[in-house]
Amino acid sequence: MKTVNLMIVGVGGQGSLLASKLLGHLLLSRGYDVKVSEVHGMSQRGGSVVTFVRFGDRVYSPVVDRGEADFIVSFEKLEAARWLSHLKKGGRVVVNTQEIEPMPVITGLAQYPQDLVEKMRAQGAQVDALDCLSLAEQAGSAKAVNIVLMGRLSRYFPDIPEQAWQEAITACVPEKYLELNRRAFALGRGE
Amino acid sequence: MKELMLGNKAVARGLYEAGCCIISSYPGTPSTEITEEAAKYSEIYCEWAPNEKVALEVAHGASLGGKRSACAMKHVGLNVAADPLFTISYQGVSAGLVICVADDPGMHSSQNEQDSRHYAIAAKVPMLEPSDSAEAREYAMRAYEISEAYHTPVFLKMCTRIAHSQSVVEPGPRIERPVIPYQKDPTRVMMTKNSMDAHIRVEQRTRDLVTYAEESGINRMEMGKDTSLGIITSSTSYQYAREVYGEDACILKLGMAFPLPEKMIRDFAAQVDRVLVVEELDPIIEDHCRKLGLPVSGKDVLPQVGEFSQGLLARAMGRKLPDSVQLSDVIPPRPPVMCAGCPHRGIFYTLAKNKCMVYGDIGCYTLGTMPPLSAMDLNVCMGASCSGLHGFNKARGSESEQHSVAVIGDSTFAHSGITGITDIAYNQSNSTVIILDNSITGMTGHQQNPTTGLNLRGEPAGRIDLEALCRAVGFERVRVVDPYDLKECDRVLKEELSAPAPSIIISRRPCVMLKGVPHHAPLQADPQKCVGCKSCMRIGCPAIRLKNGKASIDETLCIGCGVCTSMCAFDALHA
Repeated sequence: MKTVNLMIVGVGGQGSLLASKLLGHLLLSRGYDVKVSEVHGMSQRGGSVVTFVRFGDRVYSPVVDRGEADFIVSFEKLEAARWLSHLKKGGRVVVNTQEIEPMPVITGLAQYPQDLVEKMRAQGAQVDALDCLSLAEQAGSAKAVNIVLMGRLSRYFPDIPEQAWQEAITACVPEKYLELNRRAFALGRGE
Repeated sequence: MKELMLGNKAVARGLYEAGCCIISSYPGTPSTEITEEAAKYSEIYCEWAPNEKVALEVAHGASLGGKRSACAMKHVGLNVAADPLFTISYQGVSAGLVICVADDPGMHSSQNEQDSRHYAIAAKVPMLEPSDSAEAREYAMRAYEISEAYHTPVFLKMCTRIAHSQSVVEPGPRIERPVIPYQKDPTRVMMTKNSMDAHIRVEQRTRDLVTYAEESGINRMEMGKDTSLGIITSSTSYQYAREVYGEDACILKLGMAFPLPEKMIRDFAAQVDRVLVVEELDPIIEDHCRKLGLPVSGKDVLPQVGEFSQGLLARAMGRKLPDSVQLSDVIPPRPPVMCAGCPHRGIFYTLAKNKCMVYGDIGCYTLGTMPPLSAMDLNVCMGASCSGLHGFNKARGSESEQHSVAVIGDSTFAHSGITGITDIAYNQSNSTVIILDNSITGMTGHQQNPTTGLNLRGEPAGRIDLEALCRAVGFERVRVVDPYDLKECDRVLKEELSAPAPSIIISRRPCVMLKGVPHHAPLQADPQKCVGCKSCMRIGCPAIRLKNGKASIDETLCIGCGVCTSMCAFDALHA
C-alpha cells in the first residue's frame, strides 16, 4: 500500500503527544510500518507544534513535506491554516474550531485571520470542523480535546475497526481517565 | 516484541542490552531522553553531571574502573567536553566507552548548527551514525564492541530527526559483563614519550578502523536497477534519498561517519554513471570523495545550512513536486513564550523598565528576548553571560557597570557560570549578575541539577548553597529577591547597579510547571474598572489579552501569580 501521511498540529501544551502516541500504538498493532516524528524543546512553550505520522508497508522519511499530507489534524484553527501548504490536493483537514491567539495577536502586532475554515475549503481542502473543546468539556475535561479529535479522525479510516481504536486508548491512557476518554472518543466520532 | 521507539530511547535500550553500567550526562535537546530512558533500567547507574566535560570524565573513569559506560550530550555540549575528549582518545579505554552526541540541523533548540563529525576527525575517535531507531539500538551495542576491540571511545552520533522520531525496534535481552580488573599501567600517564607513543597508536588505530569500515558491514552498498545515479549518504539523509529515489536507486549507505572507507567508495563509484553525496551540514563525505579523486556532486546542489527533507532533495534535483495549496492571508507567527506565571517574567520586566544592557545565557529565559519584553541584548553559550559581562564592563567602565547585567539560570550557573563569576570577583569589575533560580533545569524538560538538592532519580542529594558559594568566591554583595514582587526587584536592581562593588542578585522562585508548585485561582479582569490602557500587557503574559478594548484573562492559562495586578493603576485585575 502507498504510505499514508498524517500531521498533528497545534499549540504547545495542548496534548498532541498523547494523540501521536495513540496513533502510533494503533497503527503498529494493525501491522503497519510506522514512523512518528516530533520536535521537543523550545517548541513546547506555547509555540506552534507539529507531529508527523506516516504508515504503510515500508516507511522511509520520518517527516511529511509540502503537498504530501493525506490528513491534517489540528488542535487549533490558525495552526491548520499555517500548515495547509503541507496538505495533498484534496486532502482532509480535521480541525478543532478553537481560537488561541498567538503573542503577536495579543500584543496587537498582527490580526487573527477571519473565516479560515471557509477559506481552506475554497482552496479545495476537505475540512471537517468541529468544536472539540465543548465536546471535551461535555465528556468531562477540557484536556480531552486530543481524544475528541482522534474520535473524529477514526471516521476516515474505514479499514480500522472501532475496537482497535478502543484498545489503543486502553493501552495509552491511565486507567482512571479511561471512561472520560471513551466518552470523548465517542463524542468526536459522533455515532 | 516489536515496539515503536523514540530514537533516543532506542539508544538507551542498546546501551542497556550491551551491559552498560554507568552513564553521566548533562541534559541538552535533542539528547536528553537517552539518559532519562536509561535511568529507568535499575542495572544502570545514571547521573546528571554539572556539565559535559565532567560527564565525559566520569564516564571515562568508569571505563577505566572496568565497567561499560556512556555519556550523552548535545552538539554544543561536545565543545565543553572537547578537552578530555582529545586526550581520552590517546589514553584509550578499559571497558567500552560510548559518547552519544546529538546534532541539531535546523537549530530547533540550539544556538548554532555545528557538525559534530569534525570532532570525530579531529580527535581521531570513530563515529557511528544510525538512520532510524532500530539502528540506534544496534549501533549503540556495536559501539561497545568497537570500543573494546580498538581501545577507543566511540561516538554515537544522533541528529534531531533520528533522536526525536519513533520507529520500529525489536528489543533483545541484556548481557551482563564481568568487571575488568584494574591494573596500574605507567604508560597511561600522558606526558612526553607516553603521549608520543599513544599518538602513534592512535594513527595505527585509525588505519585499522578504515579496514573495519571497508569490511565489517556497517557501511553497505544497496545496488538497485538504476545505475545512472549513485547516492552516498548517511543518517536521516538516507531516508530522504530512499523516499525520493525508491527501491531502484543505487545507494552507498554509510553507518560510520569516521573513519570513512576508501576502496568501498571507489568500487561504488565505478558501478554508477555519476555520484551524488547527500549529507546535512558540512561536506565531509563529499570532501573525502574529492580527496580520493572522484568527481562527485553534493553541496553544489544541496544546502550547507539547515535540515533536509524529501521535498528539499527532490527540488534540488529538479524532480516534480506535489501540488500544494496556500491561503492568501498572512498567518501570524506563533513563537514560543514564557509560560503564564513564569518567575522569569518579573525580572525581565524590571530589566526592560530600567533599560539595562542584558547579557543573556542558555535556557528558557532566552525567551525574555521576545516582544513585548525584548529584554535581552545577546547570548553566546553556557556561562558566557558572567564572563562576557565582565569583559564588556572592563571595556566600558563605570558607565556600563551601572546599566548592565548578566542573567543566568541555576542549572547553567552550575554548568559554567561559577568560573565566570570567579573572574568578576577576582579581577574586580563592578558587574551585576542575576541568577534566575527556578529550582530546575527548565528548557530541556525539568531535570535536576546540583542546586536543586535532588539527583536524577529524584532522591535527596548534595546541594549547592548559591549564596554561600557566591560569597566564597569573593562577592560581598549577595541579594535574594522574589521575582513576583516587582517593587522589590526594581529597588534591589537599582541598588546593586549603583553599588561600587560586584553583586549577585538571586531571583528565587520555582518553575510554575514543576509538580508541587501551587497554582492559585485565575484572576478576574473587571471590565467596569479597566480603561484599556494596556499597561498589564507590557509583561507579555499569554493569559492576558484584549477583548473589545478591555483586558481579559484566559482562565485556562492564568495560574493567579498576580504579577499583572501591580501593573494596573485602576485595580481592574484581582483574584
